[in-house]
Amino acid sequence: MSLRLEAVGYRYAGARQPALLDVDLELPDGAVVGVAGASEAGKTTLCLVAAGLAPRAIGGRIRGTLTLDGETIDAWPMHRVAAEISIGFQNPATQLSGVTTTVFEEVAFGPMNLALARDEIIDRAWDALEAVGLADLAERDPWRLSGGQQQLVAIAGLLAMRPRHLVLDEPTAQLDPAGTQLVGDALLRLAQRGASILIAEQKTDLLAAVCDTAVALRHGRVAAAGPAAEVLGAGLDELGVAPPARVRLQRAARKAGLPPDVIGRLAEATAR
Amino acid sequence: MARRPELTVASPRDRGLPEAIGRPGPSAFHRLNPLTKATLATMSAIAAVVVGGLVGPLILLALAVVLPAAAAGVLRRLAVTSVLLALPIALSAFVLNLFFFPGGQDVLLRIGPVVATAEGLAFALEILVRIMAISGAITLFYLTTRPGDLVVDLERRGVSPRIAFVANASVQTVPAMVERASQITAAQRARGLDTEGSFLRRARGVVPIVGPVILGSIAEVEERTLALEARSFSRPGRRTLLWAPADSAVEAVLRWAMVVAVIGLVVARATGALA
Repeated sequence: MSLRLEAVGYRYAGARQPALLDVDLELPDGAVVGVAGASEAGKTTLCLVAAGLAPRAIGGRIRGTLTLDGETIDAWPMHRVAAEISIGFQNPATQLSGVTTTVFEEVAFGPMNLALARDEIIDRAWDALEAVGLADLAERDPWRLSGGQQQLVAIAGLLAMRPRHLVLDEPTAQLDPAGTQLVGDALLRLAQRGASILIAEQKTDLLAAVCDTAVALRHGRVAAAGPAAEVLGAGLDELGVAPPARVRLQRAARKAGLPPDVIGRLAEATAR
Repeated sequence: MARRPELTVASPRDRGLPEAIGRPGPSAFHRLNPLTKATLATMSAIAAVVVGGLVGPLILLALAVVLPAAAAGVLRRLAVTSVLLALPIALSAFVLNLFFFPGGQDVLLRIGPVVATAEGLAFALEILVRIMAISGAITLFYLTTRPGDLVVDLERRGVSPRIAFVANASVQTVPAMVERASQITAAQRARGLDTEGSFLRRARGVVPIVGPVILGSIAEVEERTLALEARSFSRPGRRTLLWAPADSAVEAVLRWAMVVAVIGLVVARATGALA
């Protein structure tokens, strides 16, 4: 049971250069896979492709194969893909349905579309709201929340779908550290229930905290792939991405000439 | 961040819908089914046009607008809102008919070349009462019905979720558009756009605000569509509704009675039975 991309390339409609080239990626059940890379490195494109939206919904040309549990999904209609793979974007305002007057109904919107039983929908909506710490705001108007709260509502709306595969494109762009941590915890719980998660982020600290494996992109190609601890290391600097704080801290300690045993203890103390 | 936190044990399931969702309205009139209120508004508006004279529309205004508004406790707000809503059209129609009623004989007032006649005044009053009845009927509906309630009710009655979505979105994205417009206005001002001063100056300032508001909304359509797709909106078949406004057989009879009454009025008017 997994989502798999093999030798995938993608070119936007009207673009001369491919935005993605020769990408191999596997999302086994329960795995959290991080995507790092500078702006324009292809993070968003990879998310759109992995979620089945490119080219299905936005046109363009794709190469390679995308399989779900070994089955090619090229011919699937969008709603069938959506039932398996959910996607969240960075701008929360465009992810609110625009037809609800309370946060609760907004979160329940997806499960309602799935035509689940009413009690099941209510349970899922409360669970998702609690997961992102918004249960107290259930009756508020989603349009009258802060950007960060809206982003949490959007994520709760995806969690309530209980997706088997979840793709998130910079889901914490507008969140403060507490909100980011809530999202990280919620994602880990979702993965624990067996969902696979692909998460593209500038915040490498979040990636380091939640990901098992990671890929780093440069100019649409995979520059590094493997265990998160290796990919999210000092090598990120060359890709124009700031490494996680603990990597920078160790580097600063070495630069400052601290004794090796102190650096070793530092590394131990900041390990997750 | 804790690595792999323990799976939380589900709490006892005594949580229902939040109270705000589907909360009954404050008065019996508020609590009528939204379709009943919508039917009342539509039929009153049609009847106000069909019934001739001054007395008919006045009775209609009293019975179908003022009385229910008083019962719902919204009379004051209704008066203010409906007058403001109708003011531009009511005023222009009144003045036009008062002074330019064709064939008026009984001169009341002469201002230069224009003449106000008694016949003109009578007709202008008739028009005024009709406009007030129409504006009052529509305002009464909006003051006593939450925006989404009618849509939920229609969806329950079998209207397609897509149509319901469009109807709902067009009402509920208005505040979002207003917010966007004010943000863009502030942004353009910060870059030196003049939005104060003479009328012409302000009019010139509209273009760099309206453009981005509209183009920005269009640019967002794609991402909105993708987000809706991701939440299975395009899944065929019915969706589950969390709640629906109450309805009763009595209200259904009431609705049909209103429709039949208005059809009767139209027929009576057309055949000359009602002068």
